[in-house]
Amino acid sequence: MAAPTGIKSPTRARIAARTLRTDRWWLYPTFTALVLLAFVVYATYRAFVGEYYFAEPYLTPFYSPCVTTECVDGSRHLGTWVGDWWPFSPAVLILVIPLSLRLTCYYYRKAYYRSIWMSPPACAVGEPHRRYTGETRFPLILQNIHRYALYLALAYNVLLTYDAVMAFKSPEGEWGHMGLGTLILVVNAVLLALYSLSCHSCRHIIGGRLRNFSKHPVRYRLWGGVSVLNGRHAQLAWASLVWVAFTDFYIWMVASGTWSDPRFF
Amino acid sequence: MGYDLKMKVWRGDATGGDLVDYTVPVEEGEVVLDALHRIQATQSGDLAVRWNCKAGKCGSCSTEINGKPRLACMTRLSTFEEGETVTVTPLRTFPVVRDLVTDVSYNYRVAETVPAFAPEPRPADGQYRMQQVDVERGQEFRKCIECFLCQDVCHVIRDHEENKQSFSGPRFFLRYAELEMHPLDTNDRRALAREQAGIGLCNITKCCTDVCPEGIHITDNAIIPMKERVVDRSFDPVTWLGRKIFRRDQLPEAQVPQARAE
Repeated sequence: MAAPTGIKSPTRARIAARTLRTDRWWLYPTFTALVLLAFVVYATYRAFVGEYYFAEPYLTPFYSPCVTTECVDGSRHLGTWVGDWWPFSPAVLILVIPLSLRLTCYYYRKAYYRSIWMSPPACAVGEPHRRYTGETRFPLILQNIHRYALYLALAYNVLLTYDAVMAFKSPEGEWGHMGLGTLILVVNAVLLALYSLSCHSCRHIIGGRLRNFSKHPVRYRLWGGVSVLNGRHAQLAWASLVWVAFTDFYIWMVASGTWSDPRFF
Repeated sequence: MGYDLKMKVWRGDATGGDLVDYTVPVEEGEVVLDALHRIQATQSGDLAVRWNCKAGKCGSCSTEINGKPRLACMTRLSTFEEGETVTVTPLRTFPVVRDLVTDVSYNYRVAETVPAFAPEPRPADGQYRMQQVDVERGQEFRKCIECFLCQDVCHVIRDHEENKQSFSGPRFFLRYAELEMHPLDTNDRRALAREQAGIGLCNITKCCTDVCPEGIHITDNAIIPMKERVVDRSFDPVTWLGRKIFRRDQLPEAQVPQARAE
């Protein structure tokens, strides 16, 4: 049997309990795990179902840009890039980008390391693993690609902004339309852009990597702005996650005819 | 109004110990350290507790109160319900000496391995100059009182004793960050942060930030920036290429310092 380690190490105070915390420390990891799992189940279903993702002029962010021959008429705003050989739903091509950003995001790492991997489940609560190598080995060393996921996500945000702008067209293709779906797509694009720009890697690239702020006044000011956003990174992460699912759900309901889109003008 | 506080205090040493029940009269406005001192004065004169300033500035009275790493002198009794039992134990990451006193020398051994500040040569007039924005950046890190609560709560060493050989912990990532961001420093500590300090072991669960009594944003302002700097040096092919093309790796500030011997 292996020698006891961690809080059971022989030189430490011999306290049997894994934690002596009396507050409801389990609430955060439980809630986080439930929300993350619910999102994964929902997004997986919607990504593979392959229908009800386009209701002129609204294209759900899960399928944007829709670039395979399988995409329904009118949804291929950017043309057809991928032919019949692509065996999966068009969403699978695209979701890799936001998924890689969120998987490697410093905030989500905290969230899922605590709630899914329980490493640790909460502060000063013993973790169940006997060995721990952190992010030093494969596959977790791949967390270091976060900045490249950010670059891709920023490009993806441009596409979502394009979708939000296109939502100001009527189903007949004329500008000057706005429905509840337009508003939802605009909020979605704004939230995802703010989430991406508030990222820790973005903060580093913009100015955090500098040794002398005083020699780079413009980058220093930009860094200050990103730092303000960065302070809200966790809230933006949750808001953008929930909203993107809601956006998809709304368009699903409109596309399937379950409800109609209220038109403002 | 005073009342009788129920406490459980861990008493013992490395050979064993247990939580001992106490009932202590306390007054409004008092802190956990006051209650411990009253136990010392009236019930158990041999209770070992380390303290000094009683003002949250010396970092001596670090303990775990109801399972959370906290300073005993800064934990007001008013944060607990009157009938609640307050449990006080020593820090569970470090070897216990006796009762609430632990041996935190691991931290001093790690401190000795961090390469010291190495400023560039003085200019002709002999005066170093720094702009206010550059001074302000490091001020947050200098608030650290070395209470080692962040080290105590860090699961990398709290739950894995073997990692103490290869991991410096949040307090020292703070030091690495402070020096890395110092405009006058000439060392490049990024390789050491990865290889010697083991920053890759940190999985950013932010407990260090949660327990810091000085409110230092350890994770956001020190650990993640250091991780990103390590990515610049070791994992990003574009910045690697940029360093080679513009020969930045030959600048004085790009030189890797010698790690101090343990």
